[in-house]
Amino acid sequence: MPDKKMRTILFLLQKEFLQIMRNKSIRVMIFVMPVIQLIIMPLAADYEVKNINLSIVDHDHSTYSAQLISKITASSYFKFAAYNQSFREAFILVEKDKADIILEIPVNFEKDLIKENKAKVFIAANAINGIKANLGSAYLASIIRDYNMELRSKLIAVTRYNPVPVIEVPSSNWFNPLMNYYYFMVPGILAILVTMVGGFLSALNIVKEKEVGTIEQINVTPIKKYHFVIGKLIPFWILGNIIFTIGLLVAWLIYGIVPVGSLLLLYVCISMYLLAILGFGLLISTFCETQQQAMLVMFFFMMIFILMGGLYTSIDSMPNWAKIIAKFNPAAYLIELIRMVVLKGSGFKDVLPHIIKLGIFAVVLNSWAVLNYKKTN
Amino acid sequence: MSDTVIQTEKLTKRFGDFIAVNEISFSVNKGEIFGFLGANGAGKTTAMRMLCGLLKPSSGNAQIAGFDIYKQTEKIKQSIGYMSQKFSLYEDLTVLENIRFFGGIYGLSNTQISLKSKKLVDELGLQQEAKKLVAELPLGWKQKLSFSVALLHDPKIVFLDEPTGGVDPVTRRQFWEMIYEAAHRDVTIFVTTHYMDEAEYCNRISIMVDGKIEALDSPSHLKQKFKATSMDEVFYQLARGAKREE
Repeated sequence: MPDKKMRTILFLLQKEFLQIMRNKSIRVMIFVMPVIQLIIMPLAADYEVKNINLSIVDHDHSTYSAQLISKITASSYFKFAAYNQSFREAFILVEKDKADIILEIPVNFEKDLIKENKAKVFIAANAINGIKANLGSAYLASIIRDYNMELRSKLIAVTRYNPVPVIEVPSSNWFNPLMNYYYFMVPGILAILVTMVGGFLSALNIVKEKEVGTIEQINVTPIKKYHFVIGKLIPFWILGNIIFTIGLLVAWLIYGIVPVGSLLLLYVCISMYLLAILGFGLLISTFCETQQQAMLVMFFFMMIFILMGGLYTSIDSMPNWAKIIAKFNPAAYLIELIRMVVLKGSGFKDVLPHIIKLGIFAVVLNSWAVLNYKKTN
Repeated sequence: MSDTVIQTEKLTKRFGDFIAVNEISFSVNKGEIFGFLGANGAGKTTAMRMLCGLLKPSSGNAQIAGFDIYKQTEKIKQSIGYMSQKFSLYEDLTVLENIRFFGGIYGLSNTQISLKSKKLVDELGLQQEAKKLVAELPLGWKQKLSFSVALLHDPKIVFLDEPTGGVDPVTRRQFWEMIYEAAHRDVTIFVTTHYMDEAEYCNRISIMVDGKIEALDSPSHLKQKFKATSMDEVFYQLARGAKREE
């Protein structure tokens, strides 16, 4: 009897593979999409803020203010937009979107700095683009602090007296020492790719059979429901692994990213995850009647999976209710798992809790899909 | 009793308030060609889907090939073949791949599959097309192919839902020859149709009106009973009384 069951599944697999290999759009999806996405997205979707347009209003016209300005414009982050006479004038530039940040140096900047040992500068940022404003002001503040330190050391050399003790905080970035954004983004995008391809392919598949009417012919056969679902699951599981492998190769060839952890462990993670996400797709497939419905439903969930998956924004800084939602997001576990294994080199014990959670997703979603697939209405 | 392969008793299907099939009772014998007639929306397809185990009845009883329609649907499925209104083989598989797949999931052995494939292709004269995708075949050939695939696992009963819709007269003729041949091998044929000339080919006919069976007999007896010269007239007399619209 077990032989007979195996045979049924083998016939299903053979049929699915023939269909997949004949489908041109699926072939393109498998081989072209991962390459293009991995080449384009990490280069464009970069957190680093560059080309900040800076407008400077210098009321002091002193040696110190000139020094500060040259130090700022020497940094690659800022682009010198204009040198304005008044704050009002600079503000007009901001309104026209020609400047992002205004630095105003008051009259007597140099005098105050020497005599009273402190001086103030004013930074105004256009916060319409929040990230640019935040990071820009932070960069600017840190350049000014640097300059301040320089000046101080000069003054201390003269007076041999330091009125304010200064605590310097050097920081070092572990696991990604150069703060290379590709290291951070590429593994995440790889996770998203597998999620998208796996989710959509599986969600559309059973529904397509419903639409075309071939499922009727399947439903009048004595085939078992779980055979049918397994027959759908395995081909896409293999496809998902192929796509992931292509993605890993691209990451290595183009970005030089080689997983620090075990490659085998990485495949264990991705395999378990694929079972979960494919089960989810198949479940949606059993609920929908047309491919259009399945597409829209899957799209809704994809948005949540991706935006609440910790790829672009950290889950740790989400509000509590959002963290609870993220707990039910399988993609969040995968993104974390891939980053752990690829960047940190985490071992089996470190990733086991997440793998178990993904296993639970896989069992629940696939069983639900089998139960919800009705041969008899 | 052993000759009865389909037996229904007050079989009913309700969709909310709508009674699609209303307490139909009939029996079909082994090797019989049973015509299942009725206007659009009379409930033919719903009744047939219940008999095939695709739809759960709301009430009533039925036995198909000796198996209970509620409890033994999977056993029923092994003993029946089904050809739906809509062409439902895989268009993106070739003729041979379709045969292999359906043969395989009905549990035929590899030797059986290759023997049957060859026989089927020869009988249908599809030697040239055997390795072509089914999508490329003309409709008439597709229909003949699906009928043959439905017979692949030697079922006791074959359900055909408007098998010749949209097919040219010559192919229809060939199709009916295939039906006769299968019936000759003691396969019971349960067929719905809108063509009254096809109705004449059946051993017995039931005519459904508004979810009920209004007439059931051989074509000649029906014509006598309704004092009609053709099945067309019999059908008109009965279907005119229908209150339901499509």
